[in-house]
Amino acid sequence: MYLTPTQTLGIILAVAAGTQLTRWLPFLLFPEDREPPRMVTDLGRLLPAAMMGLLVVYCLKGAVWTAPPHGAPEVLAVLAVVLLYRRWGNVLLSIVGGTALYMLLVQAVFV
Amino acid sequence: MKNLTPRRAALRAAFPATIPVMTGFLCLGLAYGVLMQSKGYGPLWSTLMSAVAFGGSMQFVAITLLTTAFDPFQAFLLSIMVNARHMFYGLALLDRYKGLGKIRAVLIYTLCDETFSLVSSLEPPPEADRKRYYLYISLLDYTYWVAGTAAGGLLGNFITFHTTGMDFALTALFVVLFLEQWKKRENRPAGIIGVICAAVSLAVFGAENMVIPAMVLVLLLLLGGRKRLCT
Repeated sequence: MYLTPTQTLGIILAVAAGTQLTRWLPFLLFPEDREPPRMVTDLGRLLPAAMMGLLVVYCLKGAVWTAPPHGAPEVLAVLAVVLLYRRWGNVLLSIVGGTALYMLLVQAVFV
Repeated sequence: MKNLTPRRAALRAAFPATIPVMTGFLCLGLAYGVLMQSKGYGPLWSTLMSAVAFGGSMQFVAITLLTTAFDPFQAFLLSIMVNARHMFYGLALLDRYKGLGKIRAVLIYTLCDETFSLVSSLEPPPEADRKRYYLYISLLDYTYWVAGTAAGGLLGNFITFHTTGMDFALTALFVVLFLEQWKKRENRPAGIIGVICAAVSLAVFGAENMVIPAMVLVLLLLLGGRKRLCT
């Protein structure tokens, strides 16, 4: 431990306060008893798909593209998830299959 | 057909949906607990951080803050920046989280990438209590993270890791939910915008700084194109 217990508690509370602010802000700005502006409802409709795309790329940000294995484990595993989901439409099966393949690739193939 | 009460039906639908999150959160939470332990912060501290801040990736960033000079204001500002994407989730959930009474506070407190993804991409079955369905997803995800952290802090020194790559479960979850969004034709342009903005931002600003610029790009493009995208 580098900080005193009181300081550690201070950091925990500061992180919690900052994080919670980002969670509450939209709900405080647009309370439920009032109709939010059209711009906000439009954004609300478009954001889930856009953020899902962003999160996929964000998760792959650690992949190495410029040196071996050139993102091969990530590309192959994502491909497996897509194919499994296309074929059987089962969420769990696709995730388990893709993850198992990824673990095999990073632990045994591209070591 | 068996007669399930709406509550049971909500749990019956919510739990399987959260299993991928369980895999990812237990692994990452475990890793977090172990890492905190290695810096001298035992299970009590790591679990407290997970339970109170529930900050995911921010908690990993906060390890740096716990191992340098005490600066809570920097911790506060950094948490806002790292977690700014929550604001988008809130905007997107304004409608779904309307009229849910007291539990709304719990849903907001425990909102995270994974819970948002599940709640915004999957519909609860008609026989399920919608309010409970959201609550169960939120609480299960929260519990996985806190339990994973506690386990990591407690067992950290005894486990040898063969779980490398297991956190890919979360990537896979986002891929599946992206495909789920993709099924609706009107979602596709927004999905493509998200992927392209993130990829451009990753290429230009690098892995550490990509999130905020990507969000700004997404916001600009969606606001610019909303009249054509929302028909």
